[in-house]
Amino acid sequence: MAAHVVPKKIYYTIFSALMVLTLVTVWVSGFDLGPLNTVVALAIAGVKATLVVLFFMHVKYGTRLTKLAIIAALYWFGILLALTLSDYLTRSWRTYG
Amino acid sequence: MREHTLTPGSHPALAHHFDNLEQQAEAATLGMWVFLLTEVLFFGGAFLVYTVYRHMYHDAFVVASHELDVVLGTINTAVLIGSSLTMALAVHAAQVGSKRLIQIFLILTIVLGCVFLGIKATEYLHKFHEHHVPGPVFQFEAKYFREAQIFFSLYFVMTGLHALHMVIGIVVMLVILWQASRGAFSAEYFVPVEVIGLYWHFVDIVWIFLFPLLYLIGRHGVA
Repeated sequence: MAAHVVPKKIYYTIFSALMVLTLVTVWVSGFDLGPLNTVVALAIAGVKATLVVLFFMHVKYGTRLTKLAIIAALYWFGILLALTLSDYLTRSWRTYG
Repeated sequence: MREHTLTPGSHPALAHHFDNLEQQAEAATLGMWVFLLTEVLFFGGAFLVYTVYRHMYHDAFVVASHELDVVLGTINTAVLIGSSLTMALAVHAAQVGSKRLIQIFLILTIVLGCVFLGIKATEYLHKFHEHHVPGPVFQFEAKYFREAQIFFSLYFVMTGLHALHMVIGIVVMLVILWQASRGAFSAEYFVPVEVIGLYWHFVDIVWIFLFPLLYLIGRHGVA
């Protein structure tokens, strides 16, 4: 089978990066950045997830069909978020606590 | 690669409806990815509900999230990322055809998974003692009594579903470990190892988002 064998060194590098990013996200959460707290936390989580998908899950070396499946997942999740939040976030008559 | 280097039936693991092992492996991994796509939407629904309620009851969610233990959450994140590394190494061992290393790394992954679940169980137990489980015995400061129950409901549902996925993953890994010990895999055929690897990394990714959303983003911002 012609599966792409990722060198172990890459796995160790990605693991270290994930650990560092975990510590960074905990460290950053100690500062009050206002609304940016959530943005920064989710951005770091997004980077971590991308590293896992690309390297641990071999998508970087995978077929275009795999990439399409991932894009489809994100696209449909985007629809779910966009349609629901466009409702809830625009109910101006509602008082939020 | 479409050459028929292997005629049907030439490898015991090759199903008759595939041309060769490579095509079979591609079909299996795509199948797993499509399943994970449905999982994204399954967990996505929970993340969406969390987003809406956090927006509606921001202050209560901030106060309630202070009850979670950031240290234990951080340790568990590290444990789970570690288990993703050992899982990646198990797949690597399968690719190079090392039967022994597949088993060692699968066992390590299972052990780390159990450590995660153990720490999670400690956290749950603590919540029971503190009366932070939604329901008749729930106790919380009066101002946020109702809204905080929504936070803890979401906490238990989201981390509970995540833990359930881990339990299923561990059971499947035990089966694959047994197959590996019987010499079912080789450098030519290791589809089950590859596929459980995808599943396990996905479960890791879910936690990568759960951890900051539940434990971290509420550390400040009490109005």
